[in-house]
Amino acid sequence: MNDGVNGVALAVFILFFVLVTAMGFMAARWRKAENENSLDEWGLGGRSFGTWVTWFLLGGDLYTAYTFVAVPAAIYAAGAAGFFAVPYTILVYPLIFTFLPRLWSVSHKHGYVTTSDFVRGRFGSKGLSLAVAVTGILATMPYIALQLVGIQAVLDVMGVGGGENTNWFIKDLPLLIAFGVLAAYTYSSGLRAPALIAFVKDTLIYIVIAVAIIYIPIKLGGFADIFSSASDKFTEQGKGGLVPGDGGHWGYATLALGSALALFMYPHSITATLSSRSRDVIRRNTTILPLYSLMLGFLALLGFMAIAAGVKVENGQLAIPQLFENMFPDWFAGIAFAAIGIGALVPAAIMSIAAANLFTRNIYKDFIRPDATPAQETKVSKLVSLLVKVGALVFVLGMDKTVAINFQLLGGIWILQTFPSLVGGLFTRWFHRWALLGGWAVGMVYGTAAAYGVASPTQKHFGGSSAEIPGIGEIGYIGLTAFVLNVAVTVVLTFVLRAAKAPDGVDQTQPGDYTADAGDPGVKADLPPATAGSSH
Amino acid sequence: MSQASEENRPPVVTPVRVVIGLCLVAPFIAMLWVGSYAKTDPAFIGLPFFYWYQMAWVLISTALTVLAYRLWQRDQRARREGGAK
Repeated sequence: MNDGVNGVALAVFILFFVLVTAMGFMAARWRKAENENSLDEWGLGGRSFGTWVTWFLLGGDLYTAYTFVAVPAAIYAAGAAGFFAVPYTILVYPLIFTFLPRLWSVSHKHGYVTTSDFVRGRFGSKGLSLAVAVTGILATMPYIALQLVGIQAVLDVMGVGGGENTNWFIKDLPLLIAFGVLAAYTYSSGLRAPALIAFVKDTLIYIVIAVAIIYIPIKLGGFADIFSSASDKFTEQGKGGLVPGDGGHWGYATLALGSALALFMYPHSITATLSSRSRDVIRRNTTILPLYSLMLGFLALLGFMAIAAGVKVENGQLAIPQLFENMFPDWFAGIAFAAIGIGALVPAAIMSIAAANLFTRNIYKDFIRPDATPAQETKVSKLVSLLVKVGALVFVLGMDKTVAINFQLLGGIWILQTFPSLVGGLFTRWFHRWALLGGWAVGMVYGTAAAYGVASPTQKHFGGSSAEIPGIGEIGYIGLTAFVLNVAVTVVLTFVLRAAKAPDGVDQTQPGDYTADAGDPGVKADLPPATAGSSH
Repeated sequence: MSQASEENRPPVVTPVRVVIGLCLVAPFIAMLWVGSYAKTDPAFIGLPFFYWYQMAWVLISTALTVLAYRLWQRDQRARREGGAK
C-alpha cells in the first residue's frame, strides 16, 4: 500500500484537520452559558441543542469512522452478511421513539447526566448503578480505540503510516498529533466541540458518499457488473454470497435486532440525546435520522465496488480507503480521507466525555467523594476524559489491533445487558433491583464465555459474535441470547424476591416525571446549576 | 400532559394508539423475517432484491415513524384539551 506519500490528498486532509481543530477550540464560546463549571455545561452542552444540532451530533456520534471502514470491509470479505447494519439501523428508530423521550423527561426533571444516574434514582441501588456504569465504561473504551484504527487505515493508504522499518515513534506520530489535538479541545470545550465539528464531518461524509455512489458505478460499468464480479469472487473463495444462505437467516436477524437494542445503551448515544433541548427534539429526530441509514446502505455497497474494482488488500479495513485512492482524483480522495478522519474525532470526543461523566457521577461522586461540588465534578470529568483517551491510545499502539476489535465485540454484548435496568426501569418499577443485578451478571458471564468459545480460521477465541442458540439450534447473535437469558433470570428472581419480601429501594421518580417536557410546571427550560450535582 | 387531571383520564388503549403501535412494530416484522427477502430477483437497476428491498424499507419505516409521530402529537393535543375541561 505504501507506494509513497500521496501529497495532494495529504494536503487536503491536513487542511480540513486544521479547520476542525480551530472549530474545536472556538466551540467553547458557542452558545456559552453563564456557569461553565457544571457538568451540564461541559458534559451535555448545557442541554440546549435543537433538532438540527442534535441530528448532526447523533449522526456524527453513531456513524463512526470505524463504521465507515468496518461495514464495507465486512461486505468486501463476506458479502450479504455484512449488510445487517442496514436493518439494524432501521430498527433503532422505532425503538428509540418509544423509550428515549421518557428517559429525556425523567433526566431533565431530576438532573440526571448518565443512565446510571437514572438507574440509581429509580431503583435506589448504588450497586446496580455501579454495574451499569462499569459496563458502560468497559464497552466504550475499546470503541474509542477503534476510532484510532479508522484514522490509521486512512493514514496508511495516504502513505504516512510508515513502512515496516520506520521507527515506531515516526510511524505513530501522525496519530499521536491527531489525538493530542482532540484531547485538548475536548478538555477545553466539552460536548460543544464535537457538536460543532459534526457539521463538517457529516457534510463531508454525505458529499463523499453521494459522489462515490454515482461516480464509481459509472466507472465500473453499472451495478449489474459490480454484483456479478462480486458473485464470482464469493463463489471462488467458497465463502460469502450475495444473499444470506438458509443457515444464515437467524444470524442476520438476531445481529440486527441485538445491535439495535444495544445501540442506545451506549453512554455516548445517551449523552448526545440528553443534550437536546426538549422531548420533541428527540421524536422529531427519529423521523430524520434514517437519512443516515440510507447513507450507510450506500456505503455498504462500496464493499462490492471494491471487489469489482479489483482492490486487493490483506487487511479488509483498508479496502475502502484504497478504493477511494484508486478511483478518485487525488484532491477528492483527500476530502474522502478527511471525512473518515474527522469521522473518528467526533465520536471519540463524545465517547470520552460519556465515559468520563459515568466515572464522575457514578463512581467518584457515589463512592469516593459524595460531597463533590459541580465545579469539582466538572474538573474530574475533564481529567478522566483525558485519561480515557490515553488509555485508548495505549490500547491501539501497545497491543495488537485484534485485541481492540475483540473487546469491541464483547462490549456490544455487555452493553446490551444493561437494557433491562434502563428500559425496563423507564416503563415499570416491577423488577426488583437485586433481580436486575442478578440478570445482568448472568448475561455478562454467559455472553463473555460464549464469545470466548467462538473460533475463526485466524483466531482461537473471540472469532465472531455468533454462536449456536441453546434450545433452538440455529446460529444467532450471542448478545441477544445473553439478553434473553438476562431477562428470564430477572423475571424469575423478581418473583422470588417479591415473595421473600426483600427490601425494595427508594424510587425518587414519579409517574409524571416520565412525560414531563421543557416548559411544564416544575421543569425549568434551563436547569438551575444546583441540579447538576449537589441536590441528589 | 402528565398533569391532565386524574379523574377523567381517557382510556390508555385507543384505536389511534393501536395504529401508532402497528406503525412502530411493522419494521420489526419486515426486517426480522429474513426469509421473505433473501433472494436476488427481481433486481432493480442492477441491485439484487436483497439490497434494494432493505434500502426501500429505510424509506418505508421512516414514513411509518413520521405517521406515528403525527398521530402521537394529535393524540397528546386532544388529551391536553380534554384534560383542561
